[in-house]
Formats: sequence, C-alpha cells, structure tokens
Amino acid sequence: MLTAFAIFSDGLVYAAYLFLVAVGLTLIFGVMKILNVTHGSFYAFGAYGAATAAGVWYDRGLNDAGGLLFMVAFAMLIGLVIGIVLERGILRFVYGRDEVVVVLVTYAVFLILEDVLVLVWGARSFTAYQPMIAAGSIDIGDLTLSNYDIGLVVLAGALAAFCYWALKYTRYGRLLTVVIFDRETAAAFGINVRVLYTVTFIIGAMLGALGGAMMAPKISVTLGIGVEVIVLAFAVVAIGGMGSIEGALIGALIVGIARAASVHLVPQLELFVIYAVMALVLGFRPYGLFSQVQPRKI
Amino acid sequence: MRMGSTVLGALAFAALAAIAPLLPPWLISLATIAFANALVVLGLIILWRTGLVPFGQALFYAIGAYAVALIGRYTPIRDVFFVVFVGAVAAGIVAYLIGFLLARYREIFFAMLSLAMSMILYGILVKTETLGSTDGFHVEAGSFLGWRPQGGTRNLAIFWLVLAYCAIAAWLVAYYFRSVAGSLTHPIRDNEIRVEFLGVSVDRLIHLKLVVSGVLAGIGGALAALAVQHVDPAMSYWTTSGGFVFVTILAGAGSVAAAFVGSLLFELVRSIAVTLVPGEWQMILGTALLLTILFLPEGLGSLVSRLRQRWRRGTAP
Repeated sequence: MLTAFAIFSDGLVYAAYLFLVAVGLTLIFGVMKILNVTHGSFYAFGAYGAATAAGVWYDRGLNDAGGLLFMVAFAMLIGLVIGIVLERGILRFVYGRDEVVVVLVTYAVFLILEDVLVLVWGARSFTAYQPMIAAGSIDIGDLTLSNYDIGLVVLAGALAAFCYWALKYTRYGRLLTVVIFDRETAAAFGINVRVLYTVTFIIGAMLGALGGAMMAPKISVTLGIGVEVIVLAFAVVAIGGMGSIEGALIGALIVGIARAASVHLVPQLELFVIYAVMALVLGFRPYGLFSQVQPRKI
Repeated sequence: MRMGSTVLGALAFAALAAIAPLLPPWLISLATIAFANALVVLGLIILWRTGLVPFGQALFYAIGAYAVALIGRYTPIRDVFFVVFVGAVAAGIVAYLIGFLLARYREIFFAMLSLAMSMILYGILVKTETLGSTDGFHVEAGSFLGWRPQGGTRNLAIFWLVLAYCAIAAWLVAYYFRSVAGSLTHPIRDNEIRVEFLGVSVDRLIHLKLVVSGVLAGIGGALAALAVQHVDPAMSYWTTSGGFVFVTILAGAGSVAAAFVGSLLFELVRSIAVTLVPGEWQMILGTALLLTILFLPEGLGSLVSRLRQRWRRGTAP
C-alpha cells in the first residue's frame, strides 16, 4: 500500500515535470507543424537563467517567495527574447519547406545554443535549491512529501486547465484551434496565420523556459540537460498525439506513473520503460492517443 | 555516363589505396574513420532520397561495433572479414525487427522514433556494467586471414580493408539506385499513393531500405570499432546520429561519391576545429548546417553539378 502510494505520488510529480516541458513543444507542433528541437535549449536557458536569478536574489537575503517569482520571471524573459530572435531571425525563412528540413534547422540552432550556453555560463554546474528548502515538507502517513513537489503538480494542473480554457473560450484560442485544424482554410477566412505563428512560438519558448525555471531548484543545472529533455518531451508528446494539449497531459501521466512504478519495483529498467510504453502505445495507435485524422494527398 | 562513373570511382579507390603508404599516419587514421562513417552516410542517402531522415542511425552503427567487440571478448575468433560480417548481420537483423514499427511512419515521426530506438540502446549500454557501462571496453586487434600486422602496417591494413568495403558498397548502392526498387525512391517522396497504385507496397520498400541502410551502418560501425580498438555507448548516442545526418545534408544525396567526399571533409574540418577552437565545435557545426540548408538545399554535391552545367553551357553555346 505504501509502495502504491509512493508510486502514485512520485508518478504525479514526474508527470507534472513532463507536462511542463512537453506542453510548449506540443503547442508549437500543433500550430506550426514544427518539431522544435530548440525546445531543449529553451528549457536549459530557463534553468540556467533561474539559477543565476536565484544567486542574485538570495545573496541579498531577500524573502523566499519573491525569489521563486523572480527566477520564473527572469527565465521567461530569456525565453521571450530567444523566441523572438529565433522566429523572426531564422524560422520565418524556412516556413513552407519540408517538415524534416525545418526540424534540422531547429537542430542546427540547438547545437549553436548549446555552445552559447557554455560561452555565457561556462562549463560549471549551478544549483538553485533555496525555494525547495524554503517550501519545506509535509508528512502524509509514513511518506514525506516536499511542498515544492506538490506546488509543481498544482502548477502543472493549473497550466493544463488554463490552456484548455484559453483554447476553448478566448478569441486567440479559438483562432489557434482553427489554424491547428487547417492552416490554409484559416488563412482563406482572413486569419493572420503569420502573426499567430510568431505569438505561438514565443509562448512555446516561454513555456519551455518556465519548465526549466521550475525544475532548476530540483536538479543540478549542468550541461546536457537540454538534450535529455527534448528526447523525453518527444516521447510524451508522441504518446499523447502530437499537437494535442490533453494528449500531452495524458502522455505525461502515463509516462510519469510508469517510470515511478519502475523506479520502485525494477530500478534497472528506469530508462527503458519510457520508450517501452511509447512503443506499445504507438503499436496500437501509430500517431498517438489523441491524434488528428491525417488526410492523404493524392 | 553510368559506366564512366563506375570506372572513375574504381580508379579513385585504387589510387587512394596505392598512395596510402606515402601519406602521414594521422591522415590514414582520419581517413579510415571518415570512410567507415561514409558507409553509414551511404545508408542515410538511401533513406534521404525517399524523404526519410533517420535521427537514430547510430543504433545500427553501435550494434555493428559492439558485435565486433563482443566476439573479440568472448570467442577466440579474430578474423576481420568474419567479425565485420557478423556485425553487418546483427545490425541487419535489428533493422529488420524494428522495421516492422518504423516502416509505418514518415517524416518527423520516422526521424524521432528512430532517435528513440537508438536512445533505448544507449540506455541499455550505459546500464550494463559487464560491458563497461559509460567507459566501454577494448576491442581485440583483428587478423587478416591469419596475417597479424602490427603498428603502422596494421593501420594501413585496416585502411585498405575499409577502402575495399567502401568500393564494394559504393558499387552495390549505385547498382541499387538503378534497380526498380531504387528508382521508386523519388516517386515515394513525391506521392506515395500513386506508387501504391503501381502495385508496389511502399511500406515494404521502406522496410527494405531500412534493412539496407542498417546493414551499411553495421559495417561502418564494425570497421570503426576495429580501427579505433575501442567501443563505448557514445557510439549510439543521438549526437553520433546527428553527425551522420549532418554529413548527408552537407554532401547532398545527389550521388554516391558525395558520401565519401563529404565524410572526409567533415572529419578534416572537425580535427582542425577541435585543435584550433575546442569550445566552439558545436557552434561551427550548427552554423554550417544552417547555412547549407538556407543557401545550398541540395548540398555541396549540387555545386559540382551546377558548375558542370555552366561549363557545358559555356563550351557549347
């Protein structure tokens, strides 16, 4: 029973992390049909930015709650800047090229940004554990849960609810839904698809940076975290169906619980289980659980 | 024309083999790795022509390499021809098996799923303590039908071996491109359904291409393992696959020769860049990739054909 509860709580926390990193990826893919490898860089820049911000804030001995807010704000500002530069500076020149070619463009940018990261922050690793310590922990039965983890789950849930609400009930969201469904028809009805692209990309970049900032207190911010995230986020998004927000949520939950179960029951399989789940789901539903029907071109 | 390029290719390989003893040892080792990798790139070109970009070709590369290393570790067999053959077969079998899943996908899904596959192998290799975990382990020196060269001679012998495999593979792939299955590559890229209407199963053709490219990558990995005498999990890491994709795009999928020239160029630039500006290698790589995609979408190989066209127009106006 204890193990089951531990699996459930760990799984939820991991799922929250996965959803935070996957939601920006799936949003950009849904609207722009771009599989954005640079998302890993957004995450890494967010985490590094948050770590720097934490250093600046806590060295001055300012209060804890504000510190986390400052970290998130700073990270999202970085996401905003990189997002604008990338979309306006590079991506808009390759719209309309093969999807795979665009992936390679984002891959190239990812490689460049990896070295930019080293140029800015150097090769050492950073920590930003202060918010995690400040949040403290809570005992539920025999388990000790970190309040920060609980906050992470709440944030992920709130983000999912917000995305759902924004897509369903706001003007911008309705326009996006139309573009996701059919870009050309949307353009024919007078929707300015280009502007939506820019806005969506920037939002996606900021979400990626938000994921990095929220995870920074829990991890050692070091080289290579971007790579890890992009592969994981892709697995989540592929399970859920690319471009679907609810798919990302379900995918994150499945992967999160599966990984937690493997960590508690058979730790050797930890890395393997994520891809095993993905292969299993794709074996039955080749384009994920919530995939759109793809029309075939004749 | 076709006959001409076959003869030209054979001459180029023969000339390389002949001048090899005169070249400095560092260039020999560099060219050995470059040509072993060129075999992988050759496999990528086959898929690229169909519009598929495997982001996990390092999977087969690593399987070929580890097959060779494992034979050296657990059996007394040292013959290079045999171990490379086993590496190729092992990679081919794996390609055949995951082909059942992969051949159903196109475009981004294909790219990312093959990436996931290679990351599974990476995860397994890193977790396997008996295979040296992240450090990898030593590969036994091979023998050539009983002949056991040492030192510099060994490097030369391996280089000649790689050249021989490359020559045969280049010829076979060029032959494949002219076959029915090979001729259907561009049509599949343009419009799959029309190809299906010709009475051909596209999924099965792609499955075949996967196996062919997997075998080529397996041979490449096996040869690389023999040349370096060491294997480690980084061989299956996605950056290795990224390197192969990079060379394919830089060289262009226009011709078989592009794979070899591109791969050699890539290794040369890398060794220079790593000594001159060690921290900025990825940035150089990314920038070159970006510039190639933006301004030379058909790769460096297209420069040659463009020049050729201009030259023709110039001589016969």
